[in-house]
Formats: sequence, structure tokens, C-alpha cells
Amino acid sequence: MVFDRSERPRLPRAIKILIAGGFGAGKTTMVASVSETRPLRTEEILTDRGIGVDDLTSVEAKRTTTVAMDFGRITLTNDYVLYLFGTPGQERFWFVWDELAEGALGAVILADTRRLADCFPSVDYFERRGTPFVVAVNCFEGAPTFELDEVRLALQLDPSIPIVLCDARKRDSSREVLIALVKHSARLRAEPVGT
Amino acid sequence: MTRTDQEPAEEHWVDPEIIRPYVVTRGRTQPVHGKFDLISMALAVGPMPGPGSGLDPEHLQILKLCREPKSVAEIAAHLDLPAGTIRVLLGDLFDKQLVSAQEPQSEVDMRDMNMYRAVLDGLRSL
Repeated sequence: MVFDRSERPRLPRAIKILIAGGFGAGKTTMVASVSETRPLRTEEILTDRGIGVDDLTSVEAKRTTTVAMDFGRITLTNDYVLYLFGTPGQERFWFVWDELAEGALGAVILADTRRLADCFPSVDYFERRGTPFVVAVNCFEGAPTFELDEVRLALQLDPSIPIVLCDARKRDSSREVLIALVKHSARLRAEPVGT
Repeated sequence: MTRTDQEPAEEHWVDPEIIRPYVVTRGRTQPVHGKFDLISMALAVGPMPGPGSGLDPEHLQILKLCREPKSVAEIAAHLDLPAGTIRVLLGDLFDKQLVSAQEPQSEVDMRDMNMYRAVLDGLRSL
């Protein structure tokens, strides 16, 4: 719904992509490398009423929690603006993930081969939610190198899910990851586009 | 960004950092209009209101910022206020017809292949 009441300049349409992965996997690095400005930070204050009941069973009433999210903007055209949101790292913030994932084009799950298990929760989450995602193996120096097939096996990824190598510090590399995700998302939601 | 369990955050019943957002909105937690999410876009419309408009400094800051289209998340980051506070303030401005705003989800159809083409073209030309 547009609640513009007057014939004013048209607002661009906003699209969001989530950048997920374990702590230190390079989420903010990727947001920074490909965004047009330095990463921004926004905060949501959660009260106990806003958080799922089972998350706070051990916490006293009327507590509030601040969840910070790093994000960046890419102005694609006059009509489309893309926002990249780094997901909050702690699993107790699934509530925030739900809000972020709602209406998202898809997600990039950054994997660090030194701590591959750290991205299991993200893979589980987006699989269950039906959000299109790709896995991007961030190539840290000194990290063990694996064949992508080995990573796929370790993460028990369906063959249809793209898995790519990347260097999250590099703009071109991060951009290629986003392109892989957009293509994958388009494939899942309709027939293929472009090449 | 993240608090560790070792920090004595639990001892404070009210974190001073969270007082300001509620003062700014005079205790309101829900906007009077609209369901703005983090990527809802807002754009200031019409001339900048003068003194006596009944607006708070934060409202005026938002209007200044939104001369170019900005998302709720961006406004929140620039004003250093939580997104929930910005939603309330944007609702006020929308109510006074000082901003146009749109909700994103219903606006962008995720099965719209033209959208995917536009996004791919935009990314390729970065």
C-alpha cells in the first residue's frame, strides 16, 4: 500500500538482502565493501512484549534489549534502492531476523571454513523460512581450503543452492555474490532471467 | 554492539540510553499512521515548516534528511535514535502531510521478473 496522498515525486522501491553468518565471518566487511557509503548502524529496542515468550523465560519482566544492525545502501536505479542488512549475530535475536527476513529478496550466508559450523543456524533458519539464499565461502588468509563440494557436503546443502567463493573485502567479489543470489532468487520465484 | 555476560548490564533497571527515545516520542511506541518497517522509504514533501509548526527538532531533522528518499533505517542511523522512535516521528509527519512514505513489502513483488532484471543490471553496472 502506498499512502502517498498527493501526486509527488515517486519514491524508489526498497529491496533488502540479508547478510548472515557466524560471528566474525565478514558480514559487516561485505556490507562495507559493496555499499555506497560506510556501513550505518540502526538499533531496535525490544521490550519483553516484543520478544518471543520462550526467549525470555529466565529474564525479569520489563527488561529491554537493544539489538544493533549494520547495514548499507546501494542505489541501483532511480526506481530501486537495495539495502544490505547484516543479521544480528546472536541467536536470541531470531525475533529481529523474522522482521528482517520478511519481504527480503534473499540472504547471503557467509561461511568461514575455520568455523564452518557457525553458519549452521543461518542455513537452518533460511531453509525453514523458505528464504532464497546462497552460501559464500569467505576466503580468509590461512584458512583451510576446501573444495566447494566438501563445504556443500558439510553443510548438507541441496544441490540447487549456489555456493561460491568470495573475498568479502573486495567490492567486485561481494558484488558477484549478490548477483549469484539475485539470479538464484529469480530462478526460485519464476523462470530464469538474463545470464 | 554486543554485550557480554560479564558486563554488569543487569544491574541497571533503566538504561539511560533508552530514556531519550521515549522522551522524543513522549512515551508513544506506535505511529499514528502507517506501518513503517526498516526499509520503508520516506520523502519530504512541500516547503519546510517554519517556527510555530508544533514540530520537535527531531521532526525537522527528519524532514531535512528526507529531501532525498531515505529509509527508516537510514533516518534512525543518522539521527542516532532507535528505529521504533523514527517510526513514531514519521507517523506524525505523515499525518501532517509533510512526508510521503511507502511500505516496501506490498510494493515490491518478489515474483516480478522486471524487478530482478533491474537489480541485476544495477549490480552489474556498479
